Formats: sequence, C-alpha cells, structure tokens
Amino acid sequence: MLELTILLPALINGLTLGAVYALVALGLTLIYGVLHIINFAHGSLLMAALYGVFFLNTGLGIDPYAAIVVMVPALFAAGYVLQRSVIGKASHGKDQNVLLVTLGIAIVIENLALALFSADTRTIDTPYAFEMVDLGIAFVPLPRVIAFIAALAVTAVLWFIIARTDLGRAIRAVAKERQGARLVGIDVDHIFAMSFGIGTACLGAAACLLLPTFYVSPGVGHVFVLIAFTVVVLGGMGSFVGALVGGFIIGVTESLGGLLLGESLGQIGIFLIFIAILLLRPTGLFGSRLS
Amino acid sequence: MTARTAFAVIAFAAALIAPFVVHSDFWMGFLITTLLYAYMGMAWNVLGGYAGQVSFGHAIFFGTGAYTSTILHISFGLNPWLGMVAAAVAAGLVGALIGYLSFRYGLRGSYFALITLAFAEVFRILANSFEFTGGGVGLYVPLKIGWWNLQFPSKTGFYYLALALTCLSLAIGAWLENSRFGASLMAIRENESAAEALGVNAFACKLKAIILSGAMMGVGGTFYAQHYLYIDPTIAYGPGVSVEVLLVPIIGGLGTMLGPLLGSAVLHGAGELARRLMGDVPGLDLVFYGVLLIVMVRFLPEGVIGLLRRRHKPGAAHA
Amino acid sequence: MLEAKGLTKHFGGLVAVADVSFSVPEGKIVALIGPNGAGKTTLFAIIAGFTQPDAGRVMFLGQDITFMAPHRICALGLVRTYQIVQPFGALTVRENIAVGAHLRLKSRKAALAFAEEVARQVGMGDVLDRAAAVLTVAGRKRLELARALATRPKLLLLDEVMAGLNPTEVEEIVQVIRAIRDSGVTILLIEHVMQAVMSLADHAYVLNQGRIIAEGHPHAVAEMPHVIEAYLGHGAAARLRARAGGAA
Repeated sequence: MLELTILLPALINGLTLGAVYALVALGLTLIYGVLHIINFAHGSLLMAALYGVFFLNTGLGIDPYAAIVVMVPALFAAGYVLQRSVIGKASHGKDQNVLLVTLGIAIVIENLALALFSADTRTIDTPYAFEMVDLGIAFVPLPRVIAFIAALAVTAVLWFIIARTDLGRAIRAVAKERQGARLVGIDVDHIFAMSFGIGTACLGAAACLLLPTFYVSPGVGHVFVLIAFTVVVLGGMGSFVGALVGGFIIGVTESLGGLLLGESLGQIGIFLIFIAILLLRPTGLFGSRLS
Repeated sequence: MTARTAFAVIAFAAALIAPFVVHSDFWMGFLITTLLYAYMGMAWNVLGGYAGQVSFGHAIFFGTGAYTSTILHISFGLNPWLGMVAAAVAAGLVGALIGYLSFRYGLRGSYFALITLAFAEVFRILANSFEFTGGGVGLYVPLKIGWWNLQFPSKTGFYYLALALTCLSLAIGAWLENSRFGASLMAIRENESAAEALGVNAFACKLKAIILSGAMMGVGGTFYAQHYLYIDPTIAYGPGVSVEVLLVPIIGGLGTMLGPLLGSAVLHGAGELARRLMGDVPGLDLVFYGVLLIVMVRFLPEGVIGLLRRRHKPGAAHA
Repeated sequence: MLEAKGLTKHFGGLVAVADVSFSVPEGKIVALIGPNGAGKTTLFAIIAGFTQPDAGRVMFLGQDITFMAPHRICALGLVRTYQIVQPFGALTVRENIAVGAHLRLKSRKAALAFAEEVARQVGMGDVLDRAAAVLTVAGRKRLELARALATRPKLLLLDEVMAGLNPTEVEEIVQVIRAIRDSGVTILLIEHVMQAVMSLADHAYVLNQGRIIAEGHPHAVAEMPHVIEAYLGHGAAARLRARAGGAA
C-alpha cells in the first residue's frame, strides 16, 4: 500500500490544486446560475487574463498579486461588454445559440492569442515562487497556500454580493424569474451583463493567483475549461459552496489519480466523474442555489 | 424544379471533370478538404441538425474510425477498404454506447454537448496513454500506393472518393427529408415529448441517428488517415475536427440537405481567402472561423441556405 | 374501453392525484372537469404514459398500459393533446400532421396525403404550407387536434382544446369534435369551458384536489352543491341558491 508520507502530500497538493479549480469554476457557476447558459469562453477568458498578468509583470514589473487591482476590473469590464454587446444579442434567447456563440468567442480568443503570441509556453519569475510553507505533514509552495486562502475569500465575497447586496437581490430575482423581474422594473439585460462581468472578474483574480506557479500559452484555457465544467456540474450548477467543494474533490482526484495512474492517465478520472455526474445526478451534489 | 435539376446536373458534371481542369495539387487538396468536410458536416447534421442533438465531441467518431482502420492495417494487415467498413462499425458502436447512456438518462441540450466533449477528451487521453495507439507520437500508415490499398497515386483518386462520399451524404440528406425516420428526427428536434405523444419512439430514433452519424464520421476518419498517412491523439480526438464539422452545417444551414456542402464551401473558401489576405499566420484562419460562427448565429441563424431561400422566394420569409 | 383504477400520484409531499378511478366507454365523449390544480393534466400524463403513478392501474382495450412508454400507448390507439400547445414550430402544418400520420403509414407520400385529408377535416385545408410557428392560438389548437387525429386513434385525450378561444371558435371546434366522435373515435376531454362540456359530453367526472368528487350527466353534475363549492369556494352554493330564491 501507499505510504502515508506520499499520500498526505498528494492530498494536500490536490486540495491546493482544487482551490485554483474552484476559483475558475466560481465564475462559471455564477454565470450558469443567473443566465442558465453554459459559457464556453470561460477557459479562453482565463487564458487572456493570464496573458494580461504575464505582460503586466514582464512589461511593467508589476507583481502578479498586485495585478489583481488591475485584472479584476479589467475582466469585469470585458465580461460586461461581451455579454451586453455580443452574447446577449446573438443568442436570440436560445440556449443552444449561447453555446455556439461562446464557442465562437473561445475560438477567436484562443487563436488570436496564438497568432499574436505564438504557441510558446511562458512563465514568470517571482522571488517567492519556490518558497515553501511547512504545514507539519508536508511542505507546500507559498503561492499555493495563498491561492487556497484566496479561493475561500472569493467564495465569501461572492456569497456576500449575492446574499447581502441590492445587486445580489436583483441577480437572484433575475435568476429565478426573468419575466417577473422585468415587470418589477429590473433592467434584466444589465443584470445579465453584471453577472457575466462578475463571473469573468473571478477569472481576473484566478489568473493573478495562478500564474506564479503555472504557465500561460494559447491552449491553457482548454486545460481548465472542462475541469471547470466538471467542478460546476459536480457541485451543482449555480452553487458557490458546491463549486468550492467540487474544486477540492476534483483537485484531489487529479492528484491521487496522477499518483496511481501516472500523469497523462491521471486526468481521466476527472472526465469519468464528469460523465457519471452528468448521467446520474445532473443537479450536482449541492443542487442549484441561485435558481 | 426543372431549373434546380438542371443546376444539379451541371454542378455534378463540373465536379466530375474538375480534376482534368484543376492541375495544382494545392487546389485539388482544397477541393478534397471541402468535400470531406461537406460529408462529415452531414454526418454531424444527421444528429445535430435533423435530430437537434448538438454534439461538441464528434471527433470521437472520427478518431475512432481513423485509429480502427489504421491499427487493423498495421497490426493485422487488414485492407484499408475493409478497414473503412470496420471503422464505420467501430464508430457506430461508440455512437451506440454514448447515445445509449446519454439518451437513456435523458441528457439534452447543453448537457449532451458537454458529455460528448468529455467522451472525446477521455478517448484522447486514452489514445495518448496506450502503446497500440502509438501514444502521443501517433501512428504512421505504411506507404503502399495503389487504389486497392486506398492510397491513390495522385490527388485525383482521393478527390473522386471524397466526391462519392459527398454524394452519399446528399443522398442521406434527401432520404431524411423524405422518410418517416427523418420526419421523426425533426419532430424530436422541435418538441420531443409532443413527438412521443404522437407515437415516435424518441429514444430509438435518437439512438439510430447517433449510430448513423458516428458511422459516417468513422468513414471520414479512415479517409483522413489514408490521405495524410498519419494520425495522433490531438488530430483524431482533439477539438479541431469536432468544431469544424459543427461549423459546416451551421454556416450552410442546419437540418438541410445542401447545408453542409454549402457551409463547407463557404467556410473553406473564406478561410483560404483570409489566409491569402492576412498571410499564413497560425491561428488566424481559426479566428476567422470563430467570427464567422458568431456572425452566422447572430445574423443568419438559418445559414447560407436561408439567405438563398429568402432571395428566391420573397414570400417564404413570413410563410 | 379505458379504465383507470385507484390512480395515485405524489409530487414530493403534494398529492396530485388520489385514488382516482373512472372509465370511458367506447363511442362516448367523457369529460373530466374541475378547478385549476385539481390534478386533471397529471391524470392525462399518467394515462398517456408520460408520468408513472405511485399506485393504481390503467387498462386500455383490456390491456394494462400503466408503465408502458408513450409511443407504445400511442401505437395502441390512445393519443393525447397538450393543454399548452406544442407545435413543431419550424415544420409546416402539413409536416406537423404527417408526424402523426407516420404512426400508421411508413411511406412519406402516403403520410403527407393523409395529413392533407386530416387537415381538411379540422378546417386547416388552406394553411397547409404555413409554418406552425406563425399560426394563431386557434390555429395551433386545431393543429394539435389534427396531429393527434392523424395517428388514427381509438381514444383521443383532449386537454383544454378550447381554452383561449373566442365563442365563435369554440362553436367551430365543438362541431369538429362531434364529427370526430361520429366517425367512431372515443373522446376523453379536460375542459374548463362549461358550455362546451354541457353540449358535448355524455358523462362527466369532477376532480377536486386530486379526488373525484362527483360523476354523472354534465347537467346533473353542474347542479350538485359540492361541485359548485369546489369551483366557487365554500358557501357558494348556498349563496347562489339564496340569490336565485331572492330573484324568484
């Protein structure tokens, strides 16, 4: 059997990995919960955000964690505009069209990055990239610990926005009953765009927290998009807590799967979970919170 | 009707003599790609256009076809023509498996799209991990030129094969538009429970559609492998093929007989034009594809064929 | 012809249908009436195989169809329409009806020809090539009826085919339904329009809160005090009587 000394670090590695997945999935689940659409462009928007962080760092020398101040509003604006000017208009109110339009956006962003930046994989150097935190049972890279805490914080912030603010009340109203919300004077298109913006803003934060221990390339979104979908479906579309727990489960699955089956085959567990959940329990472990 | 028949005859005649007129390998290659995607676009169209079950992972059938004939050829010396039949069977079986699971558990819309994507991804990882698929290195089809070996000495042979496949796909489209099966698929697309109330066995029809669609894609996979003599997990199961076969009928006209052919011509013609205008920067043609997809959904949801119909029958728009 | 015994269906803690038994004799028009939320549509869904009951059985032509798939029940000759019409929007009227016709006819040509015949029967002969999506409410109701009829049913389940129609349109469709019955099709209908039930039905069952509270000839049923109360609220029967008495 596997030694505890190997298993425990793998477990912790999985949890920190899962925190990053959760960060990516939180935005996706918010967008699904309100708009009831599957945003296929989520992964490529993350990729775009990663390039943003990369160039802020290499071009202007801005620390990736400091870049949060720039990236979160930037991604929020990008998401707002995208929903308001492209997705909302092109979908004609049909979910299937949204799927196709967001797929189109993903193709455009991904290949634009390929054309502009080439297929090279890029990383940044930070003084703390290899700093380790001793958790007693295992050493964990400092950026991973920060990402873990940040994932919890972002979940809390999202929960606060949705549960406690006027905007959140409007979002919940729209998520539950579009027509009714419109009747009581809520600008539904604006709320849709706000939700989409907040969802992509999460990606701004995720990119800043991710890049110190990760890389960026035009195809990097693809790594995350299916995983994020898996997390969202596992946790229950529209549930923040579900996204967080789902992220941890998937992170641990990948980490342990990699340990048992090797790197390349390890990821297969994620997709098998995904398929099984879709077939057996499409409402996920936590159901839907928003709708 | 007669004008349309005349047009079809002329188009077919032009297609037949094209190889005698077009001498550049480049343009022959262009025509072959266009025809192959017209055929595979129809394969997707059977399930996505007529039956309304949008798949994001049709590469799974393409890749299964390509690997089946290639592995059988390399390991057991099976003739690639027979391999093509085996590919259709294998891809059809994969279709039956995915269809059985998805439709039995009532997956629809976005969920069906996601599960097909996930299945394709599982197959890609598997192909990457096993020895008999050549892992990430891929497989080379041994070069043994000869028509009996499905390796033609020039592009002309592949061209006629692609043309035959396209004609087959048009025949399948015509059959769907004039048969009980096709009518059932369209009824399911429009409203599944209403179709069931009228006696349509939706589960069986969708299952048949995904098997047919998968088998057609499998043949396309063998064609690809024999033409390019190389496959790897990304070519076979990656998102490239999945996206392209979905774009073709959407651009041309979903759930129509001529949609995939028109769509493939427009997509590849415009893609080539974009390459000429903007230079051969990797990715730029795909940027163009993506923009085209968004623009089509936004302004022309009925596809190019909808545009043509509107032009010819001004009254049809509100009928 | 159709016999339901002890049908019960819960949705969570809510009882939609409780121990409902009724029968539809051949060649008759039977009405199922009752206030909103009484469980009528759920009952239809159970009979047509779209919903499985928690208890009870449905017999059709002496065969147990309780857990049969909808398309098989339809093949036996029992077809339903929907209260909220469900046209195949992108298809033409002719193609819509042909979907039903295909149940008995494999050939496309024969199905389209039969569709045309049925369309004329329900007064849709002049809109055959129009897309179903652009029909008026009355047109859609007729289409719903025509599609069902094209399956050549023995028993037709009509779910509020008259809701949303104006009096003239109601009168027209009443004629159509009567003609269908006269052609030998048995009919079970859910209806809110009492005028239509009075003139059409041979027998009526009143459903309230999932239970059958009365049955009999429509005129007799409509005068029963507890039926009036179910519709108009507690004490309504007494008030009506008092008002009638006061006026006299």
